[in-house]
Amino acid sequence: MDIQLKRGLLDVCVLAAIKNKDSYGYQIIKEMKPYLELSESTLYTILKRLESADQLTVRSVEHDGRLRKYYHITDSGLGRIEEFKEDWKEILAIYDFITREDNRYE
Amino acid sequence: MNRERFISELREALRGLSQSDIDERVEFYSEMINDRMEDGLTEEEAMAEIGSVESVVEQIMGEIPITALVKEKVRPKRKLKAWEIVLLVLGSPVWLPLLIAALAVLLSLYIVVWSVVICFYAAAVSLAAGVIAALVGAFGYLRLGKPAAALFAAGAAIACAGLSILMSVFCVWLTKAIVKGTGKVLLKIKRSFVGKGE
Repeated sequence: MDIQLKRGLLDVCVLAAIKNKDSYGYQIIKEMKPYLELSESTLYTILKRLESADQLTVRSVEHDGRLRKYYHITDSGLGRIEEFKEDWKEILAIYDFITREDNRYE
Repeated sequence: MNRERFISELREALRGLSQSDIDERVEFYSEMINDRMEDGLTEEEAMAEIGSVESVVEQIMGEIPITALVKEKVRPKRKLKAWEIVLLVLGSPVWLPLLIAALAVLLSLYIVVWSVVICFYAAAVSLAAGVIAALVGAFGYLRLGKPAAALFAAGAAIACAGLSILMSVFCVWLTKAIVKGTGKVLLKIKRSFVGKGE
């Protein structure tokens, strides 16, 4: 996939991974694995970016004698997902336009 | 490679970053390894998934924008120690006068340059005054019935007027040149400071 396109998708994918339930780093990577291969450093950068954009919050939870960071989506984060959906409706319309003449040589 | 060695080597490799940044990143990787092992992977398998310290550092550096790296590099690595501050204060009777002297030398050089300009202006003004004096003289000689002397004085007045005009033009040109030159020198000084920052 085109790297620019992927970059734009990643933020929203991470938000989608914590949309229904708070989640932690490894869980997010596991959930996204079938769709997008995500490295630890990339995830770290995305989480940091989303946190400073107030699209998610972080809290440390004691788990099995150690701390684990859980990520919680904010209203602004949910809004970002909705925005993404609206954008993609437009993109899908453009996609239909682009592929509409696929059968010209038939 | 085991977990502890990975963590300590990663910490070492990231030393260029700020301490809080290093702590947070190392903590993040530590959690990632622990969660993999909790998920049923052996330590070796977990470490293999994470990758070598080298590749991890490469990835991290790839994610950090160059501007952030430069900023981190420019910032002093440590605060001034107490004895250094004491030394600076105690040393002030030595370095403060030296600094003031250096600035005074620069200032006087600048003043010297401008005094030369002022001299030229003064010359232009005195030549203009010479024009008036020579004209007055010329009329005086004419009244006294000495036409040859009057003619000489008139000639002198014209010569003075010409020199005065030339001198004025030169003064204006010189002033502009020096102002421009000063700006250029200031710009160069600024550039050398910025250059050091990079």
